[in-house]
Amino acid sequence: MLSWLAFLVVAAVLLTGAIKAVTSADLVHTVLWLAFVLVGTAVAYVVLQADFLAAVQVLLYTGGVITLMLFAVMLTRRRGEAGVPSPSRGPWRGLSAGLAVLLLVATAVIRTVPLAGWGSAKPVGGRSAELGARFLGELALPFEVLSLLLLAAMIGAIVLARREGGRRPAPLRRQAALPIPEPAPAPDEAAHGRSK
Amino acid sequence: MDQIGLYPVLIVSAVLFVTGAAGVLTRRNALIVLMSIELMLNAVNLAFVAFSRQLGGAVEGQVFAVFVMAVAAAEAAVGLALVILIFRHRATVDLKDLNILRG
Repeated sequence: MLSWLAFLVVAAVLLTGAIKAVTSADLVHTVLWLAFVLVGTAVAYVVLQADFLAAVQVLLYTGGVITLMLFAVMLTRRRGEAGVPSPSRGPWRGLSAGLAVLLLVATAVIRTVPLAGWGSAKPVGGRSAELGARFLGELALPFEVLSLLLLAAMIGAIVLARREGGRRPAPLRRQAALPIPEPAPAPDEAAHGRSK
Repeated sequence: MDQIGLYPVLIVSAVLFVTGAAGVLTRRNALIVLMSIELMLNAVNLAFVAFSRQLGGAVEGQVFAVFVMAVAAAEAAVGLALVILIFRHRATVDLKDLNILRG
């Protein structure tokens, strides 16, 4: 009874958050609703007895990804815009495409043939110890490859986001379009000019 | 203590996935498209965990979920770097304006 209640609350939170995140007009609101959904997923993992995943979800997503997203939203904001409005294509296209995908997924789920050992959902505890043993045992190689992927992604992101040609802050595009370009503004000056 | 079966979780997961897919298809801001992709990956993770529990508490589903999470984090980092780079060059993140490669 208690787990059902928890699950229903989590499901309601997840679905509202997801729909608000996708339909919200303000970009910052979208990020916050996404954070809502990600934390709700962590709670769902707890309900589904995946404790380690819940912890990782909170640490990785709300700690890392949401912060990154907020930074990106702030960095791609144009000057003079109060909120960050975000246009969307017509809602009917999205609704019809979404319903089509839902139909596809539902058909696949309903037609699934149960596997051996099906339906034996029972309280098994968090399984964190077994997960760790698996990662350091037979799955050690994929685990290390995964860390290599993360390292590569990190280096790639740094290389991509670094300004070309050294440490002088590159002027914003609109500043570059001015007739008289300022000669190499100091970093705090550039930050001040951006916030105007 | 009664248990939540597989199907309620799968329903929630499917609706989350579909919401994310609709976001990818309809929104024009590249950042929101990235966030919708995160939403879809999250829904898939939920399904993985539900199946993992359903199969007698097998831990493999959680292993897959960890892998998906790591790949999602890498994708978010590189994707956001790309978005910021595009914004620096083009002063927009509207996907309607980013159609150089369209034939």
